[in-house]
Amino acid sequence: MTAISDRRQLAYIAAQAADARVNVELEAEGMTLNIGPQHPATHGTLRIVARLDGEQVVEANPVMGYMHRGYEKLAEVRTYPQVTALINRIDWLGSFANEVPFILACEQLMGIEAPPRAQHIRTILFEMARIANITLFLGDMGVQLGAVTPIFYAFRDREHILNQIESATGGRFHPNFDRIGGLKDDLPAGWIEETKRSLREIHKFCDQMDDLIIGNEIFQARTRNIGVIPPDVALSYGLSGPNLRASGVDWDLRRDSPAGLAYDQVDWRVWTHPDGDSFARYWVRLQETRESCKIVEQLLDSIPAGPIMAKVPRIIKVPEGEAFVETENPLGVMGYYVVSQGGLEPFRVKIRSASFSNMSISPWLLKGAYVPDVITILASLYFILGDIDR
Amino acid sequence: MMLAVEWFWLDWPWWADTVVRLIFAIVVVLLPAGVTVYLYLFKMVSFMQSRLGPMEAGPYGSMQLLAEVGKNLQKEDIFPAKADRRVFALAPYVVLLSTFLLAVVIPFGPQATFINLDTGVFFALAVSSVSVVGVIMAGWASASKYSLLGGLRAAGQLIAYELPLILAVVGVVIQAGTLNLQGIVTAQTEGEIFGFGGLGNPYFFTQFIGFFIFLVAVQAELTQVPFDMPIAESELVSGYMTEYSGFRFLMFFIGEFATANIFAFLGATLFLGGWQVPPFVHDLLGVDANWQYFNLIGPGVMLAKMLLLTFVVYWVRFTFPRFREDQLQKFAWKFLIPLSLLNIAVTGAFKVWL
Repeated sequence: MTAISDRRQLAYIAAQAADARVNVELEAEGMTLNIGPQHPATHGTLRIVARLDGEQVVEANPVMGYMHRGYEKLAEVRTYPQVTALINRIDWLGSFANEVPFILACEQLMGIEAPPRAQHIRTILFEMARIANITLFLGDMGVQLGAVTPIFYAFRDREHILNQIESATGGRFHPNFDRIGGLKDDLPAGWIEETKRSLREIHKFCDQMDDLIIGNEIFQARTRNIGVIPPDVALSYGLSGPNLRASGVDWDLRRDSPAGLAYDQVDWRVWTHPDGDSFARYWVRLQETRESCKIVEQLLDSIPAGPIMAKVPRIIKVPEGEAFVETENPLGVMGYYVVSQGGLEPFRVKIRSASFSNMSISPWLLKGAYVPDVITILASLYFILGDIDR
Repeated sequence: MMLAVEWFWLDWPWWADTVVRLIFAIVVVLLPAGVTVYLYLFKMVSFMQSRLGPMEAGPYGSMQLLAEVGKNLQKEDIFPAKADRRVFALAPYVVLLSTFLLAVVIPFGPQATFINLDTGVFFALAVSSVSVVGVIMAGWASASKYSLLGGLRAAGQLIAYELPLILAVVGVVIQAGTLNLQGIVTAQTEGEIFGFGGLGNPYFFTQFIGFFIFLVAVQAELTQVPFDMPIAESELVSGYMTEYSGFRFLMFFIGEFATANIFAFLGATLFLGGWQVPPFVHDLLGVDANWQYFNLIGPGVMLAKMLLLTFVVYWVRFTFPRFREDQLQKFAWKFLIPLSLLNIAVTGAFKVWL
């Protein structure tokens, strides 16, 4: 008896399911567009499943994890000095900036502080990593909107900065230069003059982008009022970095908690824009690149003398405890939560990366946008896949 | 006196005549396409973008185009699993067909024409829209969502910009008083600017609004930046061409750049005086406007004028970001078409009362 009713019930459910399938197939309105994981606009392997009505997005969901490399887990089986080689690859365009918060967290646990000269040079390289990262965005935004030329200027002028990073650290892309208690080496001779010259190139590049992209009417028509994020929404989704400042929230960790870095010794300002649209995000990043150049120029003139390393035991054992340090990285706030049980390796490393949180707003932001605007919005949010998936 | 170019109107059997004209048609379409692709797409753009461009194939990379063709010929001819195979295979030929048909009416000298149609302008503008069919076929038959979006965008755009293109040319037709392209060239040579006939009267002086609209509409017809929404690399991958590979992709590629040249030829004929040199050169050489050697000089003059116009096309292409679909439709319907109608009205008023 029960078996028959079960069968009836099952048949009923099956019929319902078949009906639902037919309904989905017959639905004339709407089309699911699978943007990515192999798509030119996602520069990496991000996947966005968008439900379209005509060219309008009804619903869009990012699918992350196609490039997950398990750095949090891998960090648990490596000694502290080895971890920096891994985390260099998180935000691969501004590699040095990834090392800094982790090293600061370890230093906090061990209770040591890098000498002032090391802190100073650390800040210089941190800002240069930011410039190397953001210049590429400034050109790439043009490519996403159809202007192919600016990206070549970006690659050309970023090379000046990368050359300087290479001559100081030995690594063009992945410096692996930061050490617990200081830096690996001192700066090479003549580096300061050479760096000032390359910063002038970046200034020129910024002016060029001002003319080529900001001043272009088509660019303005494509980006103004596209993807507007109000300040309260930006805060509630945990946005950080230039994306947050473009929404008019005056919040920058470089100014608010510069512990371990030399930002409090220079004269600079935080740029914000009231609009919160794609144009504002581009504009804020352009101004920040100029501001970074100013910071580096001032720091280069005032490098204090002294040792480059604090007194650190040869075999680094971090005492038991927990520390969470976050810094203002090129893409936004990046934090490391390091748990130590007193051994050679960290017990647990939790990485809070900026792009992951920045991407979390995309379903809210993409709803109701047109397909071309999806690309504009994604480009202006500026994510790096390594930073999303770690 | 024995004339070197007499064979142009020798009484050949029809098949020999057809074969010669066919060979010339292929030369006229493909040779300038190769020249502009190398000069502009490979080299000029590279210099604009502070890089060298191709340098390995041949001296200064000049054989790069052959290398590209060879590469595409070797590639596998892929049909998507759910593609409508016959339509998919046919689409590139339709696009290329419109290019060849467009080339047929353009005069390159007093006798050097393929067909001297009385309604040449009408024919040219009519066949130029055949490519829309090919584009829609490609977009639909690929059975890919990106191709479909690209194909539909292309259809909307090409139809929207067909109107300003035609209306821009109407001004020239009114001023010349003929639809025959050869007649338009003659009218420009015989014209005068305020009584000075040394330069003739190339219509870009009087029809500068029409010339501007023509250039913009051609840019849109070619789906080049800033009107490249249909192929938008960063969002639709390659639009209606996404699923094509190998030889069929090559056909689209040739079609795209050859059409750019043919439109430039058409623009040169309509606005820059066509194959004619400025009339003061006639006086210098002591010849009349239909001197037979113009059959040989004419193609060179056309090539020079074509290079001038295609330079503008590529210059714009690699400078601007692209319009969004609704923005470019607004630009066509709310700005270009009213402007071209105004241009026609003003031209007509001058023609009647002056």
